[in-house]
Amino acid sequence: MAILVDDTTRVVVSGITGREGTFHALRNRAYGTQVVAGVTPGKAGQDVEGIPVFDSIADAVEETDANTSLIFVPARFAPEAIYEAADSDLRLIVCITEGIPVRDMARAASYLRGKQSTLVGPNCPGVISPGRSNVGIIPGEICSPGRVGLVSRSGTLTYQIVHELTQRGIGQSTCVGMGGDPVHGVGFVDALERFEADPETDLCVVIGEIGGDDEERAAAFVSKHVAKPVVGYIAGFTAPAGKRMGHAGAIVTGSSGTAQAKADALEAAGVKVGRTPTEVAELVAAALA
Amino acid sequence: MDLYEHQGKEIFARHGIPVPRGIVAESPDAARTACEALGGSAVVKVQVQVGGRGKGGGIVLVDSPDEAERAAARMLAEGFKDRRVNRVLVEERLPIRRELYAAILLDRSTGTDLAMVAAEGGVEIEELARTRPGALRRLHVDPEIGLHPYHLRRLTGALPQQTRDLVENVLAGLYDVLTREDATLVEVNPLVELEDGRVVALDAKVTVDDNALFRRPEIEMLKSSFPIDPVELRARDAGLQYVKLDGEVGVIGNGAGLVMSTLDVVQQAGARAANFLDVGGGASAEMMATSLEVILSDPSVRSVLVNIFGGITRCDLVAQGILGALDRVTPTVKIVVRLDGTNAEQGRRILEEAVHPQIVSEPTMLDAAHRAADLAHAGAA
Repeated sequence: MAILVDDTTRVVVSGITGREGTFHALRNRAYGTQVVAGVTPGKAGQDVEGIPVFDSIADAVEETDANTSLIFVPARFAPEAIYEAADSDLRLIVCITEGIPVRDMARAASYLRGKQSTLVGPNCPGVISPGRSNVGIIPGEICSPGRVGLVSRSGTLTYQIVHELTQRGIGQSTCVGMGGDPVHGVGFVDALERFEADPETDLCVVIGEIGGDDEERAAAFVSKHVAKPVVGYIAGFTAPAGKRMGHAGAIVTGSSGTAQAKADALEAAGVKVGRTPTEVAELVAAALA
Repeated sequence: MDLYEHQGKEIFARHGIPVPRGIVAESPDAARTACEALGGSAVVKVQVQVGGRGKGGGIVLVDSPDEAERAAARMLAEGFKDRRVNRVLVEERLPIRRELYAAILLDRSTGTDLAMVAAEGGVEIEELARTRPGALRRLHVDPEIGLHPYHLRRLTGALPQQTRDLVENVLAGLYDVLTREDATLVEVNPLVELEDGRVVALDAKVTVDDNALFRRPEIEMLKSSFPIDPVELRARDAGLQYVKLDGEVGVIGNGAGLVMSTLDVVQQAGARAANFLDVGGGASAEMMATSLEVILSDPSVRSVLVNIFGGITRCDLVAQGILGALDRVTPTVKIVVRLDGTNAEQGRRILEEAVHPQIVSEPTMLDAAHRAADLAHAGAA
């Protein structure tokens, strides 16, 4: 089971012949992920250490039965790679690329609403179900198979917390790096819904940070729909108060976006919030004991 | 990137939104001349990338060029809310009949544009939105279909007919700014109806998507007008995310989330961070060396904490970068280093073999934060 990626995941990598694309495609394969194809326009017929390269995702799907897209192409081409993957009805699209203009993402998100594909990212580290499949750039060696589901807006902070869990002998069902961009695919709520339904997940960890209102919405969802224990962390308690221009943002979210407001919202929903990454791991250990 | 009001208004004017006549002044003398050109009375408005100007003395009505000169002199000398001020906007005074509110922003929770209009504008707009939500008309616009006349009719339905047309024109202009200039927020508060019936944007708040600046070169150029600290400038030129803070522990980390978390943990260890510095993913030895030089150039730094969790960043390169920086600068403070993740063992070995007197290695983030805090206090004593 796990969520989003598992033994049945077959990955096609957009931008496989680029530096990052090659490095991580091979790293994912070395982890045991089925990396079955790559796409670089104009390089059809080549291969990257045995992974065949195609001109388009459609060609790759036809030849290899790929069902998951992993995107490393530069920001100005990444939205097209998302559209291409969605048009091939891939079940999951993981977009690692950072720096995509938010208006391009808003259009892509709008297009995806009518499609079957689930998007993770952009500007994210990807998804790993330890021992089964690693789609993205999360270092596989810091993870271990287990029953904690984790979802995070941050990259390296995720690694820190996963590392602390693994060191305590606490494994993970799936770790989802949802990315930090304002318009993104899978968020806390989607991930929590999937973890709640996943028989192989016993507890969820939610790692947030200042800005936006994803954490507040996660809190509202937890109080209504999540029976499994949830542990949280918010980064940015001492970050300088963001300068604020205008009122429109506050009118829309009704939230100050501060770390304290987010931690309060989560705690009010019954989530135990750790004050350091280490304390998060301790709270998880205590909840599982 | 947040624009100055006058920059926002210049963009508004290009997209057909009426704005008052105004002149930018970078000296008290220029403000006097501007006021004379506007007929002897004016509004002097401080240009800063922060709100709260009206209540904070940043907007002054003047009745003579002398007063304009004095107001500008005070603003340029004092700054505003701890920010440096390098220009003011001197604007014509207009007879106002009614204040309105209009904004469109990209709503991150839905990924669509959200347009908002109220028949009452001014500083209490958030209060209005809370207490009488019906007074603020809101409408989501799918970016796939764009803003259409039926959206406009819905948004302006509470206004008198002649005003409606003019406000709809403003909204269409704002949407144009949003989509054609890659803005994520455009807000006019207040939008005013004048005694003669015209509708004019009295203020302009425009935020442009940093990720889109590559295709908006004329907006990217506006950056050069914003005051920036020389240390921040050096960091930015090196591709580092650096923000000066007021504590005593210099912090370097990789990834914004981990760096923010490090600042929090430093505070829990009883000290305060002197800065936020994110070397980013895949940092080279050279970027690491520059980071350390930037941090060590800050005289308030009493100890340094390097907290790296290698994913695409390789800890051996980080270690080489630290040693490279120490060849170029001679620090008087201790540098606490915590390395984990990709090639962490090689990195730790490189530092160990260098046996540098200023480098202290710690195994965990928490230990490293406590050590850096203790050293900062010892250094201050």
